[in-house]
Amino acid sequence: MTFINYASREINCKIVYYGPGLCGKTTNLQYIYDSTAPGAKGKLISLATETDRTLFFDFMPLDLGTVRGFKTRFHLYTVPGQVFYDASRKLILKGVDGVVFVADSQEERMDANIESLYNLEENLQANGYDLMKIPYVLQVNKRDLPNVVPVEDLIAELRRKDEVAHEAVASTGIGVFDTLKSVAKLVLTELRKS
Amino acid sequence: MTDTPIIMREQQYQRILTVLGKLRHDSMSRVVFLVDKNGQQIAVQGEINNLDTTSLASLAAGNVAATGGMAQLIGEKEFPTLSHEGERESIHICIIGRTLLVVVFDDRSSLGLIKLRVKQASRELAQLFAEVEEESKKPREEDDVFAGITDEDIDSLFN
Repeated sequence: MTFINYASREINCKIVYYGPGLCGKTTNLQYIYDSTAPGAKGKLISLATETDRTLFFDFMPLDLGTVRGFKTRFHLYTVPGQVFYDASRKLILKGVDGVVFVADSQEERMDANIESLYNLEENLQANGYDLMKIPYVLQVNKRDLPNVVPVEDLIAELRRKDEVAHEAVASTGIGVFDTLKSVAKLVLTELRKS
Repeated sequence: MTDTPIIMREQQYQRILTVLGKLRHDSMSRVVFLVDKNGQQIAVQGEINNLDTTSLASLAAGNVAATGGMAQLIGEKEFPTLSHEGERESIHICIIGRTLLVVVFDDRSSLGLIKLRVKQASRELAQLFAEVEEESKKPREEDDVFAGITDEDIDSLFN
């Protein structure tokens, strides 16, 4: 839910990175964090297990700059990808303004992608949202690995509407900011409409 | 389809700050926050110094969401208050509608006093935030600034 504060001249929006376990959601945030000037970001909070798997969420606030005199601040969240953390995923989608689905391009993760995408649709519905209407971007990650599904097959399988799809290698930053830009643009366009 | 934006007007913001300031004074606490349930900070009063208020707001909302999930699993609607007591600093969180009142305090105060003052302030805050929500549904001329956002404005954010 976008929060507009006239007193502080701020627009705050919430973006959630969703996807199966180990698809690179946290890596996206980590790359954004590492590549952003200190003044434009807050702390990157990771609630993770001892083995660095996301336990609840990662969070970082990011200031993108000023639009029409309002500072635009995006709150970026990831969800835990492992199947059994479903209750947490549902909670994190509350109040979401835009979603990035990070797909793992490896052949053996195709089923996990599809299962996670269904799970996203269900959890959005549980929070009163519709994937077909919410600002939504698809990122096909790990394109540098040898055993990847051809990109057109992957997109054909995972595309739900006319969403933008970005190829990415989040560990080196390829496609990370393109993805963020696409979803931020959709969120601000939605704000303009509403 | 997303939620209707919440729009905080200057005057409402100042009234909320006044209530938070009084609460902070009366409860002898360090910092008082109003946060929405999604983790966005609405207003803050107190000794912020180096405190990362944005992260604290997000974590408080995550905390409430997680304990709320547990409450529902055991047949409760929610746990309306949460308290975390540390050696020197403590946190008390109270759910007020779709917002959270977060109070950070140390040994200059006590949990009993905090709970008492929070209870008094929460009625006023509930009423104020209901007004904010109601007003958010009535667009004003000044809101046209958002309708006027162009693709170029958005693109410029990334240049």
